[in-house]
Amino acid sequence: MGESTETAGRTTQTLEIDSHAINFGPQHPAAHGVLRLILEMDGEVVERADPHIGLLHRGTEKLMEYRTYLQNVPYFDRLDYVSPMCEEHSFVLAVEKLLGVEAPPRAQWIRTLFAEITRILNHLLNVTTYALDVGAITPPLWGFEEREILMEFHEAVSGARLHANYFRPGGVNRDLPAGLAERIGEWAERFPKFLDELETLLTGNRIWKQRTVDIGVMTPEDALAWGWSGPPLRASGIPWDLRRAQPYDKYAEVDFQIPVGRNGDCYDRYLVRLLEMRESLKIIRQCLAKLPAGPVKLHDNKITPPPRAEMKRSMEALIHHFKLYTEGFHVPAGATYTATESPKGEFGVYLVADGTNKPYRCKIRSTGFAFLQAMEHLAKRHMLADAVAIIGSIDIVFGEIDR
Amino acid sequence: MPAAVPADPWLAALESVPGLSDARIALGEYVVAAARDGLVAAMTVLRDDPRFAFAQVMDICGVDYPDRTERFDVVYNLLSVAHNRRLRVIAATDESAPVPSVHTIWPAATWWEREAWDLFGIVFAGQPDLRRILTDYGFEGHPLRKDFPLTGYVEVRYDEERKQVVYEPVKLTQDWRSFDFVSPWEGVTTLPGDEKVHQARVGGKG
Repeated sequence: MGESTETAGRTTQTLEIDSHAINFGPQHPAAHGVLRLILEMDGEVVERADPHIGLLHRGTEKLMEYRTYLQNVPYFDRLDYVSPMCEEHSFVLAVEKLLGVEAPPRAQWIRTLFAEITRILNHLLNVTTYALDVGAITPPLWGFEEREILMEFHEAVSGARLHANYFRPGGVNRDLPAGLAERIGEWAERFPKFLDELETLLTGNRIWKQRTVDIGVMTPEDALAWGWSGPPLRASGIPWDLRRAQPYDKYAEVDFQIPVGRNGDCYDRYLVRLLEMRESLKIIRQCLAKLPAGPVKLHDNKITPPPRAEMKRSMEALIHHFKLYTEGFHVPAGATYTATESPKGEFGVYLVADGTNKPYRCKIRSTGFAFLQAMEHLAKRHMLADAVAIIGSIDIVFGEIDR
Repeated sequence: MPAAVPADPWLAALESVPGLSDARIALGEYVVAAARDGLVAAMTVLRDDPRFAFAQVMDICGVDYPDRTERFDVVYNLLSVAHNRRLRVIAATDESAPVPSVHTIWPAATWWEREAWDLFGIVFAGQPDLRRILTDYGFEGHPLRKDFPLTGYVEVRYDEERKQVVYEPVKLTQDWRSFDFVSPWEGVTTLPGDEKVHQARVGGKG
């Protein structure tokens, strides 16, 4: 504030406005990837926030139009690389819907099981690195150790820790290896203790609460208008979960609760994720208990490959294998918008098929896109340091947003 | 599935909204066509009328059909958390005719409209922030159009001499190989006098 001078009855006031724009990112450790956020500041208070995205744009949707349906599954691992199998899930269900087929029960249970393992994998990364963003180093050190165990489960079924390419149209790629179900069961017994320990670090922590409570509040009306979904929507008090509302695979047959927040602030978004991990554990235990015997993929060699042993003896199996991996399968013309509850929220695939072996158009509805769009709405009149907490709380991953 | 169309009273209610037509269920999903002119009014009804209550637009995207006179479809995927129902609204347009923006109804529409502009070149009237969003600063063209080549037109590299990033025309040591998987034995040939059989066979392709 400047001084006022009085000259000849007129008051002239000199105002000094401390306004400047700063570039937050694209290489900033708290930007969760390659977010370039242009912040117009009034001192240390955010006046406007303009996220520039697309720095990780790889043209996935264009590439998909030139690949067969089967070749497109791995692209989904690379969208949200923190929760790969859940992204595959939407695409696989969309293709199955267009084909008019359904995976056998065991495959559906395995997919439900691994979708929940992936959910914990995602929430562990988000909650702990979020804590890192606001200054706590211990949670990520502990959380990443647990994540490594979960990624071993991924590796056991698919051979890859991250880019699993495990869910396939018509089932999953292969059955669980011997002993894996028991290992997952043992881990599920141990894990609640870890969550308790994690909570002692954060939930009651004074600094953590000072940084997150009442920061970035989203009212339920605004959350709906901004197209929110998943944990941030539930933290705003709307009990909406696609696993319950529009169940897919075996979610209708498992029992779980939907944690809902009340205030819609950063702290509630953290609490919802933490409680969701405990619910995911419940689902994992039920999946393990109910896992039936049987095939893990459709017995239709136009869609799924024949067993390797059969190919050694049967000419027809060999031809099927060759045709499947060169030409792929043709999907009848039609369009579907299929969405699943990925760990981040609604992850949708709008798939248009024209009867050939390649998608005519595949639009990927990325979850974080909607969250990040509301950044200005969330961060306005907050301190710069709060913007970091807000980015952490909406759980954005740029592989998915930029596609 | 298609036989159930006239029986659904909700579809009739949908068609009674001015600007919406051709409501149908396809693969178990509600689809309705919209006229460009009355789009904002129709969408407002879809959001505010308690029979519909589509409080959320989950996705807006373009689809390109270069052979049509109005080559683009703008697809709105709406979600009603109150009724647990989804609806797909499809409006057709071409390269120049603007589609009214719905960002006044759902603020979330802004980025998806920017994306449709960026990738398809679909113009949205009344959208104050129609900047590119996913492609590079200064990018030219609309990459998701079917006539835009997969490899694009320019490539980027760091020039050691000029100490900066430079754009150059794409040079490919090998052409992109696109295999034709349409079998000459399926669906292509129609014998004279056999048109009915052919129509029945490709009927689903619309």
